[in-house]
Amino acid sequence: MNDDAPVISCKNVWKIFGENPEKYLANMPEGRSFDDIRADGYIAGVKDVSIEVDRGEMLVIMGLSGSGKSTLVRCFSRLHEITGGTITVEGQDIMALPEKELIELRRNKMGMVFQSFGLLPHRTVLENIAFPLEMRGQDKHERRARALEVTKLVGLEGREEYFPRELSGGQQQRVGIARSLAIEPDIWFLDEPFSALDPLIRREMQDEFLRLQDMLGKTIVFITHDFDEALRLADRIAIMKDGAVEQCDTPDQIVLNPKTPYVKKFTEEIEKSRVVHARVLASPVNGAAPEGEPVRAGHTILQLARQLVNDPREELPVATRDGKLIGVMNRQEALDVLLGKN
Amino acid sequence: MSSISTDVEDEGFGGLSKIRVVQVLLAVAVLLTVAKPILPDFLIRVPETWVPPFAVWLDAGFNFLIDDLKLAVLTRWIAEGPLEFMLDTTANLLEGKRRWPFIGPTPWTTIAAVAVVVGYYLGGWRLALLAGGTFVWTALIGQWKIAMQTMSVLTVAAPLAFFIGLGLGIAAWKWRSVDRAIKPILSILQTLPFFTYLLPAVIFFKVGPTAGAVATIVYAIPPMILMTTLGLKKVSPEVVEAGKMCGCTKFQMLTKVYIPAARTEILVGVNQVIMLCLAMVVLTAFIGMPGLGAKLLAMMGSFKLGRSFEIGVTIVLLAVMLDRLSKAWVVKLPEHHEKGTPWWKQHIYLVAAIGAFIAFLLIAQVVQVADHIERSQDFSKGKEIDGLIKGFLNIDAVQAFTGWWRWFLNVWVLIPFRNSLLWIPTPAFILAIVAFAYYLGGKKPGIYAAVFFSLIALSGWWDRSVITLYAVISAVILSMFIGIPLGIFASRSEKWSKRILLACDTAQTFPSFIYLIPAIMLFGVNDVAVVFSIIIFTTVPLTRYTIEGLRTVPLELTEAADMSGATKSQKLWSVQLPLALPTMAVGFNQAIIFAFFMVIIAAFIGTQDLGQELQKTLAGTELGKNFVLGLCVSLMALTFDLAIMSWAEKRKRALGLG
Repeated sequence: MNDDAPVISCKNVWKIFGENPEKYLANMPEGRSFDDIRADGYIAGVKDVSIEVDRGEMLVIMGLSGSGKSTLVRCFSRLHEITGGTITVEGQDIMALPEKELIELRRNKMGMVFQSFGLLPHRTVLENIAFPLEMRGQDKHERRARALEVTKLVGLEGREEYFPRELSGGQQQRVGIARSLAIEPDIWFLDEPFSALDPLIRREMQDEFLRLQDMLGKTIVFITHDFDEALRLADRIAIMKDGAVEQCDTPDQIVLNPKTPYVKKFTEEIEKSRVVHARVLASPVNGAAPEGEPVRAGHTILQLARQLVNDPREELPVATRDGKLIGVMNRQEALDVLLGKN
Repeated sequence: MSSISTDVEDEGFGGLSKIRVVQVLLAVAVLLTVAKPILPDFLIRVPETWVPPFAVWLDAGFNFLIDDLKLAVLTRWIAEGPLEFMLDTTANLLEGKRRWPFIGPTPWTTIAAVAVVVGYYLGGWRLALLAGGTFVWTALIGQWKIAMQTMSVLTVAAPLAFFIGLGLGIAAWKWRSVDRAIKPILSILQTLPFFTYLLPAVIFFKVGPTAGAVATIVYAIPPMILMTTLGLKKVSPEVVEAGKMCGCTKFQMLTKVYIPAARTEILVGVNQVIMLCLAMVVLTAFIGMPGLGAKLLAMMGSFKLGRSFEIGVTIVLLAVMLDRLSKAWVVKLPEHHEKGTPWWKQHIYLVAAIGAFIAFLLIAQVVQVADHIERSQDFSKGKEIDGLIKGFLNIDAVQAFTGWWRWFLNVWVLIPFRNSLLWIPTPAFILAIVAFAYYLGGKKPGIYAAVFFSLIALSGWWDRSVITLYAVISAVILSMFIGIPLGIFASRSEKWSKRILLACDTAQTFPSFIYLIPAIMLFGVNDVAVVFSIIIFTTVPLTRYTIEGLRTVPLELTEAADMSGATKSQKLWSVQLPLALPTMAVGFNQAIIFAFFMVIIAAFIGTQDLGQELQKTLAGTELGKNFVLGLCVSLMALTFDLAIMSWAEKRKRALGLG
């Protein structure tokens, strides 16, 4: 399989709730807004979304409740049947899959973590984690060994025989994460995994999650309503409103160039210098390369703040970790990001 | 999407307001009643010649099923084959009936010992004591054999009812069409008097334990279906999605995700199945099934109060024990064992139960009293208690008291009320009922009331139906005077609420038959005893729901009333009672359904209502008549049920109580 091809690709996907939505969509005139559709007695859960997820990338879908983000991710795994458009996963049109192959796809390629954990209350930690392995008929000893391995990975050693109700929220979500990882999925869906947790635990779980992702390098679709969380975790962010994607871009670009007033509202309160990296502000070297010590492309503007204020140069060279020059950054421009314009 | 409901649909007919429609209906009813002397006969009662031969039609239908479709061959085969085999097996094991596998009866001490272990496992020492104590009492009082006759049917009927109910519940949850087909049947089944279950059971499944078991199973299935669908519907969508994402097939989803996740509701269903089975098994005495019920019936019939009392205690103990154990099972959650716990320690209770069983089995081989209690060895004090009770009843003061009540209720309440209800012309009666149902529930219950009561009028059993209704209404009204004040009093303090609720819970587990014992003791065999037994029976739900209604009034509201300077009675009348009323209405509804149930059982005391006729049909094979009578009861009960429940739901929504 081609490694550059997107893992998930969806084109003009619609998901409409209501009576006989296919017929409604087929006869719907162009350019109907979310409210128009609602006036017709239907709800546009997902409205004409085209988006791609690349291999190894973490796409965060951000939106407030009711924006359709959970619906969209459930379309990716066909927990919801879409009303229109196409979704391909690893090159397969998932809407065309017969039930048997869909089950195979979920058993071998996909893992999902839920907001309220979705643990089976009558099974122990270990039995919950081994559940997907049991479903695909793996041998008892093998699945026990694998489940123990994942339990260790998420730091739940010693709790294997506990029941979900005997665990704290954070621990329960660790079980949910372990369960979704047990089958070693290629694609990992996380539906607001940390929203039900206390702020302190949430932070801890985010760190834990980043550690796991560093180790495993999966293709991830992560859902959140928390913009800070999105900025912290994402390679790219898709911001949704009323079932449609308002903007899909890297965190830097979203903060620097919000495309719609709705997106702008989110970015206004954000400390931009924490998000924007030097590499994004670097423009190609024009003529002679500027002299002196370069700044690191992977640093955020906030990390460079002291240098930006003190450095007398107008143009700063930007280089990667291994010293390769990638461009120059205008100091004034960077200071604007740091301090705000005027 | 949440739907915003409005009451527009109940704004009345053709421009008339609801109140005006009710007034018109009542006015016509009153007019017809007043004008009775000059009314033509057909407006007073439906003439005999107009009555369609429902019974004959039904009989033809049944005959078609039995003779032409040979359904009876199939059912008889089931009865004489697998069902009788199972019943014989349990009967052999428990009471020693001479059937395969010829190893019974099991010594009573082994059963009591296992019960202690099970009780301890489920609920600690208290339940161990209750479970063991019940069996010890039963053995020592000399009722082991009859109790085991009852239990042997129960141990077959309850699991069968459970599996059939579970299967139908799953089907109703899975397929909408099944759900739609089942719902109305269930509501009729739940209001059908139990005599109507018995006769078809006898005709299709042979007299004796098999028919008793079938009637019991049919009777216990509906709540199991309802609890199963309820539980499956309540499984959280995320758990379902998690199952799907783990790659479950449809069958795996059902067995590994849905059913385990609905455990609580399904076990509540088990509890109800067991309790209904017990109540029904006792009642199957009416079709000649041996056991506790039959003995009680015989003892009450010959006015042996002491023995009746003892059997009553046994039945109550069994009921309470089965209820507590199965409820403890509902809340019992699995606990984890630390790694490396040895096998026997993980299954300590199983090991203990088997150990106790074997130990007592061995002891029973040597010690005779551990095996069975001889007649001469039991502690039954039937004669003495009989003397005691009769002596108590013969005290002048007691006699004067019961005598005065009997006189007062008969002369001033019951007979005048009954005669006036009987005096009202049929159309006026129907109009009044329709007005009541429409006023409370709205259009739909009103229409149902009209159809249902017209059917009753056309059934040819109008007078007997009215007599049944009279007993129900008077008993429910009288029990309101006890239940509601008691509930209001109890709800004032945490302590008393708990106590009275516990008492109500316990009383509700008793098989209804039990309530006849004190009634007959106090008032002898007459109308007052019937009404009295219904009153005890219906006071329980009224009290219970009054307490629950009052206790669930949101705290802010009573605090707001306090801060507005309301006195205790102002608070009660203008804040608590209005908010509690929808819940109390549920209790009222239950009281009415219970009353219909009880009034039919009371038939064997000698009433003149539908129950009496129903009981007569049991002796013969008049299935059609039996069904017509049963449906009359069912239709009356359903009319009230529909009107009151629809009012309660509307009211709850209007008050924002969910």
